[in-house]
Order: sequence, then C-alpha cells, then structure tokens
Amino acid sequence: MTDAVSAAPVPRRPSAVRRAWSAYWARGRTIPVLTVLVVLIVLWYAAALWVNADRAERLIGQTGEEGIVAYATAVWNMERPALPAPHQLAEAMWDQATGQAITSNRSAVHHIGVTIWSTLIGFLAGTALGIVLAIGIVHVRTLERSLMPWVIASQTIPILALAPIFVVVLGQLGVTGVWPKALIATYLSFFPVTIAMVKGLRSPDILQRDLMHTYSASGSQVFWMLRWPSAVPFLFPALKVGIALSIVGAIVAEVSTAAQAGLGAWLLQGSYHGLVFRMWGALFFASALAIVAIALIALLERLVVRSRGGAA
Amino acid sequence: MTASMSTATGSGRQAPGGATFGGVFIASVVVLIAALLPVGELGGADASLIGSGGTIALAAVTQLVLAMAALSLGLALGPPSAGSGVLIAGAGIAIGHLLLDKVWDGLDLSVSVGFWVVLALVLCLVWTGMGRLARQRGNATRVLVPLLFGGLIVYVWELTFVGFGVSPVIIPPPTDILASIIANRSILWLDFQHTIVHSALIGFAVGCAAGFLVAVLIDRSSFLQRGLLPIGSAVSAMPIVGTAPILISWFGQGWPASSAVVVIMTFFPMLVNTLAGLQSTGAMERDLMRSYAASYSQTLWRLRLPMALPFMFNALKLNATLALIGAIVSEFFGSPIVGMGFRIVSEQQRLNLDVVWATIAVAAVVGSLSYGVLTIAERVATFWHPSQRGEG
Repeated sequence: MTDAVSAAPVPRRPSAVRRAWSAYWARGRTIPVLTVLVVLIVLWYAAALWVNADRAERLIGQTGEEGIVAYATAVWNMERPALPAPHQLAEAMWDQATGQAITSNRSAVHHIGVTIWSTLIGFLAGTALGIVLAIGIVHVRTLERSLMPWVIASQTIPILALAPIFVVVLGQLGVTGVWPKALIATYLSFFPVTIAMVKGLRSPDILQRDLMHTYSASGSQVFWMLRWPSAVPFLFPALKVGIALSIVGAIVAEVSTAAQAGLGAWLLQGSYHGLVFRMWGALFFASALAIVAIALIALLERLVVRSRGGAA
Repeated sequence: MTASMSTATGSGRQAPGGATFGGVFIASVVVLIAALLPVGELGGADASLIGSGGTIALAAVTQLVLAMAALSLGLALGPPSAGSGVLIAGAGIAIGHLLLDKVWDGLDLSVSVGFWVVLALVLCLVWTGMGRLARQRGNATRVLVPLLFGGLIVYVWELTFVGFGVSPVIIPPPTDILASIIANRSILWLDFQHTIVHSALIGFAVGCAAGFLVAVLIDRSSFLQRGLLPIGSAVSAMPIVGTAPILISWFGQGWPASSAVVVIMTFFPMLVNTLAGLQSTGAMERDLMRSYAASYSQTLWRLRLPMALPFMFNALKLNATLALIGAIVSEFFGSPIVGMGFRIVSEQQRLNLDVVWATIAVAAVVGSLSYGVLTIAERVATFWHPSQRGEG
C-alpha cells in the first residue's frame, strides 16, 4: 500500500529553461518580428522576380541561357531593376554611405547630415511651440475654447502640400537655406506635443490641486511642482511622433523646393534620372534616421524617468 | 485696453442698477472714440468711421448707434452670459466692419495712430465677447467661439494686408483668394476630381479596407500580432511619401501611382488601430460572451468590432489627412499635367500665387470637411460609447 502511494505519478515540474522558453513564447517579440522580417524578405525576392520579369526577358534573350536558376540570378543582379533585390540594395547603400568622401555630393552621409540639421532645428522649435501653446490652453479658458479647435483644424490641412508656397513666401521675406525647411518641420511637430501636454498638464486630479491650494502654493509653484512633473510622462511619446513628422517634413520640404542637398533632394535627383538605387537608398536611409531618432528619445525617456526615481 | 476690459467684466458682476449705468457709460466712451478718432486720410482729408472731410455718412452713424446699444445691453445684462457675449462681440464686429469698409475705400493709414486704437478696440470687444461665450456650455458656443477666433485672424489679415498694401505677390488678402477661387473654378474642379476623387478617395478606401481586413485576420494569431505590430509602428515613422517616385516609375504618371502611395500611407494606421480596438474589450465582457456560448464570429460582430469602432474612427480621421497629403505630395514628383499638387508647383514657378493659394484653400476646406464628416459619422455610429457620452 505504502508502496503504491509513493509510486503515484508526481507531475514533473518543467525545467527552468523550458519555463522561460514557454514564457517567452507567450510574450516575447524578437522571434515573431524576425520571422515576419524573413517572410518579408522572401516575399521581396519573389516580388523582384515578378516585377522585373519583362526587363529580365530581354536580358535572358541576349545571353541565351536557360533554366530557372539562370533566370533568377539574372533578375536579382540586374543593373537597372524596377525592384532591386535586398542584397543589391544593401550593397548599393553601403557604397553610398562609405564609398564616397563625406563632403562629396555623391555621399549619402552628406545628405543625411543636411536633413538632420533642418529636422533638429524644426523639432526643437516645434516642441517649444507645442509646450507654450499647451500652457496657454491649460491656463486661459478663452484660449482653450478658441484656439484648441484651430490646433486640431491645423492638422486637417494637408500642410505638407503647402511646403513649396511656404518656401516662396519665406524666400521673399529673405529667409532662405535651412530655415524654411525647419519651419515646416516645426509646423508638423508642434501638434502632437500640444495635444499630449494639454492632457499631461491637466492630469493632476482635483485632490492634488486642492492640496497645493491648502499649501497656498502660488500659480508658478503649482505649475513647476505639480503640473509640469505630471506632464513629463506624456511628453515623450509625443516627442517620438514629433521627430518622425519632423523628418518627413524636412524631406518633403527638400523635394518641393528642389533643394541642392538633403535626403529629399537626393530622392528627387534619383527620380529625375531614374536612379533606382538612389531612390531606394534615400527611402531606407530616411527610415533608418527615423528609427534611430526615436530610439534616442526612448533612451532619453528612460534616463529622465530613472533620474526622477521612477521604475525604468 | 486691459483697463477697460477689466472694468467691463467688473461692472458685469455688480448689482443690476450700477451695472446698467457702468455699461452704458463704457459703451458710449468706446463708441465715441471709434466714431470721432481720425483713422487715416481718405482723398487728402482726415477720415473717421462716420465720414471724411466734414461729410457724415448716415448709414455709418446708424451702425455705430446699434453697436452702442448692443454693447450697453451686453454689459448691462448682469453676470456674463452667452447673450451678453454675442452682443459685445457683435458690437465689435459692427465697428470692425466700418473700419474695413474705409480700408477697402483706400484709406491711407500711414498718417494716424487712430487706426491702431480702433483696431485694438475691435479686437478687445470681440475677445471679451469670446471670453463670455467660452464660459458657457453647449454646442452653439463650441462652434461659435472658434469661428469668431478664425474670423478675427482673417479680419486682421485682410485689414492689414489691404491697408498697408502688402505686395499680393507673396500673400494675397483673403478676398483676393476668394476671387481667384471663383475665377479659376473650372481648373480647380478638374484638379479636385483628379487628386481628391481619384487618387485620395480610392487610395483611402483601399488602404483602410486592407488594413481592417488584415487586422481582423491576424487578430487570432498572437504570434503574427507580435511580429507585425512593431514593424507597423516602425513603418508609420517612415517617410512613406518617399515611395512616390518609385511607385510612379512602376505605374507611370496619373492617379494610380498616387493612389498606391495613399494605400501604403493609410494601411498601417488602420491596421494598428483596429488591432488595438479589437483588444480593448475587457475580460468581464469576453467572459459574458463565453457564458452565452457565443461563437467566435458572434463575439466578433456583437462585442469586439463595436468596441473597436472608436479606435477605427481615430484611424479614419488620421488617414483622411494622410490621404490628402499623399495624393498631393506624390504629384510633386514627376510631371503630371493635372492635379492639385501639380498646380501648386507649376503655378508657383510662374508666380501665379493667387492660383496656388486658391488650391491650398480648396485643400484646407476638403481636409476640414472630411474631418468634420468623419466626426459626425463617429457620433452616429458610436453614440453609445463612453467617449461620446461625456458631454451632453
């Protein structure tokens, strides 16, 4: 009898590795993202076969080689494909970034630098404007009712479409160079900051404001000790949206003003001269720029939260 | 100015008798200043709002008397109310209209500071009226206050640009833009059909529908969601309008390329928002559906899609603007022969800036209207949702 009890099957606890793995499988993101990326790249190669088909047929006709392998290698290594294969694009981008002198007009780094400069000015100005507007809206009731609908309406206007006229107007007023581009970036980036900061500055509830009142805190004390600290967590997500929009704004401004330098100018030159790799390169460099900028803001956010004693 | 404003508000809070006297007194002073102060020169003679060079216009006097009546009534009405706000703002508008009339007649502003005093008076009155309206609840003031604010800006724009003769080559006054819209309506209509009806609308419909369908499909697979969502948010940070030259090289000039840009731009916001909306149901609600033995599709149709509607409307509103931007900006690349983006670039090069501004005005109106239509549609479709019930 005792034997039977002791022999009853005890469910074996899964090993630590296995548990960690199943926890990861339920929530982790790296493997799913990588899987989707791999699928996308495979689809890309397949799409390249399909999109480049008629150009490839002419090419094959010249060399006279037969077979699916010969066809695929030909398509994936064409000199002027409609859709370049990923490895071709990677090679070309590496060459664009490192194969030229940095000051050269053919170097991607040079153009990226120009775009970063106007993006950054515009982004900082837009953030400042957004915060100032939010403070005004939170503190002046007439402004809230009158200005807030226009802040929203300002975003229903396709402002990017106005980029060229912006530049002409500013040019007539003697503002040229980096400033018109920065101004468009400003216009695009202020909105998310304003919306988030209005929400953030309003986030202290009535109990907290009453407490400040019983301390007989002055208006500026309430602002700096209560409203501003509560608004900071709202600020960072808005900054991420804002910087992405600033980059788009700067690039479109460069396109629409036929600028000499910058990623937008590069894209436009590629478009005029049918330089496939340059168009794709500009697009991917711009995307990389956006992703790096957002990562930097996320890093800053973590530092700020940690320095304020929050859980990072 | 601040002094008179604070007195005005102060008198409004006093006992009715004092308020009436104070209100009438302030109104008479304001209107007297507006009526008698020379605001500039008209044909070599000093001109004020009621006439120039000794002649007095009866219509102007009547308008000013009406303004005075409205202002005294508004200030005397006791505690600030919507009615008093409308009256005070109305008095400001009446005085402002007289000033604008003089400017349209060709008033020479360089000689007098009176113009600035009257303009400040007008702004002050309208602002006070807006302040009173802003304290009220209700839909009417919600529309009226921003309209007044916008009108104020357009008014100052028109007044200063015409009054000081700012070169219309750079920024024309609003009335010139309106005239240009009327004069070029056939061109603008063609551009509108090409860019809005074809590129933007078709792209918007296809992009949103695709985003919605993919969201519903991958909603069942947590693996695909975790894989696609980070990529989706990375893509929405990318400058997608940059794909325009590539798509133009594939589809050629014309609206299909622009539509394709719009499809790419609108796809991911719809996908991400619909997914978030489908996840937004609480455990209680899902448990309830389970205890009813509801099937997957029943839960989807009866619970999760309705709960996702507010999220989807957010995406639709965002996408409406994105579609306009995509359709117009994609025309900056390449060389189409029709379309709003093409018109903006080509007329700008020919320095026909009034046509450019007319196109921009059309784009702005279309953008605001589509936002408004979507907002109304959202109210109708999600009237039961807590986010719509907040304000009665």
